[in-house]
Amino acid sequence: MAFGAFATSTPTPGAEPAIRRRSPIALFLLLPGALYLGLFFLVPLVSLIITSFERPSDIGLPGVYDYAFQWQNYVDAVQQYWPHIVRSFGFAALATVLALIFGYPLAYFIGVKLRRYPLWQALALTLVIAPFFISFLLRTLAWKQILSDEGPIVGALQALTILPPGSHITGTPGAVIFGLTYNFIPFMTLPIYTSLERLDLRYVEAGGDLYASPATVFRKITIPLSMPGIVSGTLLTFIPASGDYINASRDFLGGTDTQMIGNVIETNFLNLENYPIAASLSIVLMIVILILVTIYVRRSGTEDLL
Amino acid sequence: MTLQAGDALSETTKATAPRDSPRFRLGIGSWGLGIYAVIAFVFLLIPIAYTIVFSFNTVRRTNIVWRGFTWDNWLNVCDQQEVCQAFGNSILVGVIATLAATALGTAMAIALVRYRFRFRAATTLLLFLPMATPEVVLGAGLAAQFLTAGVPKGILTIILAHTMFCISFVVVTVRARVASLDPALEEAGRDLYASPAQVFWRITFPLLLPGIIAAALLSFALSFDDFIITNFNSGAAVTFPKYIYTAAARGIPAQANVIASAVFLAAIIGVVVAQLSAAARRKRLAREG
Repeated sequence: MAFGAFATSTPTPGAEPAIRRRSPIALFLLLPGALYLGLFFLVPLVSLIITSFERPSDIGLPGVYDYAFQWQNYVDAVQQYWPHIVRSFGFAALATVLALIFGYPLAYFIGVKLRRYPLWQALALTLVIAPFFISFLLRTLAWKQILSDEGPIVGALQALTILPPGSHITGTPGAVIFGLTYNFIPFMTLPIYTSLERLDLRYVEAGGDLYASPATVFRKITIPLSMPGIVSGTLLTFIPASGDYINASRDFLGGTDTQMIGNVIETNFLNLENYPIAASLSIVLMIVILILVTIYVRRSGTEDLL
Repeated sequence: MTLQAGDALSETTKATAPRDSPRFRLGIGSWGLGIYAVIAFVFLLIPIAYTIVFSFNTVRRTNIVWRGFTWDNWLNVCDQQEVCQAFGNSILVGVIATLAATALGTAMAIALVRYRFRFRAATTLLLFLPMATPEVVLGAGLAAQFLTAGVPKGILTIILAHTMFCISFVVVTVRARVASLDPALEEAGRDLYASPAQVFWRITFPLLLPGIIAAALLSFALSFDDFIITNFNSGAAVTFPKYIYTAAARGIPAQANVIASAVFLAAIIGVVVAQLSAAARRKRLAREG
């Protein structure tokens, strides 16, 4: 399963074929795909970098830019939009932690407790991926309606005086983080499940036999053995969440002061035709993610995963 | 829970619980986890249930307040022409992008597992990077390139974009299947004087087929639900998610709920039937020894 993308790259011993040969066939198989990715992934990244240094054309038409080497774009972008940048990574980090807290016990239940009932395990997994089968945008809109001022939740919370009268849920940072968490729970749960599914329970038993408390067994055996799943789950959540702009959009769960970097890139690119600023923000987003991911992967000691 | 608290807690359960009964403790834990899992599943399904329920709503201007049950929206799906057209576009894009990505990705997966070549690490990185890049960056990058190259945005550019991000997922999915393939089977074919083409189409390909089908289904699902990359590269063309995005401000027609619900139910029924038949096969194999 592709959600184990980051977890399954360590080959299972013995699965490596005995014969690995050089052959022109390899080139024939590899070249079309590699060329395609080169043309539609690498070249666009280069054009994004070029665009990020451009400056407005002398003819003064909106949306027309000339080649230049204008570092100032980056300075302007960061100066103008640093709150959005900080907010994006803050929201994404919180949503990742929440999805981990929500998803780990669920993955443990499916991967370990349901192991002896393959059919139930398969059905439970189907429930985890069920949200994928219905449009991401419609799911988020459904939450918007449920959490809206006329919806059942706000009314109930106000009646219980947990929320002050006249307050909202939608349009707040909390709602955006909630939406991000909900939407990425399957991405977190599935890789953790793949790790826990393979967890050899004899290690857990051995820990218990050696008088380790359940908490110690969990901390010293279960967590380390499921680390590949945790790392890939957090990456599969954090990376798309930091670039997401649906949840934070005003028509969905966000408000005016919840806009994330994705919203800014979208507005600048598609509405304002301010391509250089949109491009430089995209590059900033990508560089920050690369740095954070590298540090994270080093720290968690799972470098061989990548 | 801090470590000390956890230790203390387990200390007390050890003292009070029936003597030396790991099964008892496991039982309590399982029940707690089981209840948690049920609540978690209900939570995951809430917005799905909401979407399906509101596909049966009697709609007057908006579809926000419940006004009573009706089959009308299901019977007149294409009354909202835009919805049906957007859905058709999504299917078209999904099918073409899936076919292209599956063909390109399967070939790459076979090459990566079976052959030695230079730039192997570079190729792996090239496949990994699109999965690790946020969609806004992929979308904006492609849009910038189409802009520089003067390519008008439309269905074609959406298909080109979708094929690009699906390839990596196809490679990851199929590669696992190629790696688990026993090379002896192909050797046997060669020993029996089968041509390379015969070996591929009569041995390798059928054995890889489950992986290829899984990869194709995943590609289609990714393409069908993609919004962010599509939004940057679609121009005036509208896919189903893009339709929802633009309609969100003024209210989604119930027909959109109908289409999403129908797709959801078809997919779920397909998956569950596949799982039940797999379970039946396991049982039969177990009985036969």
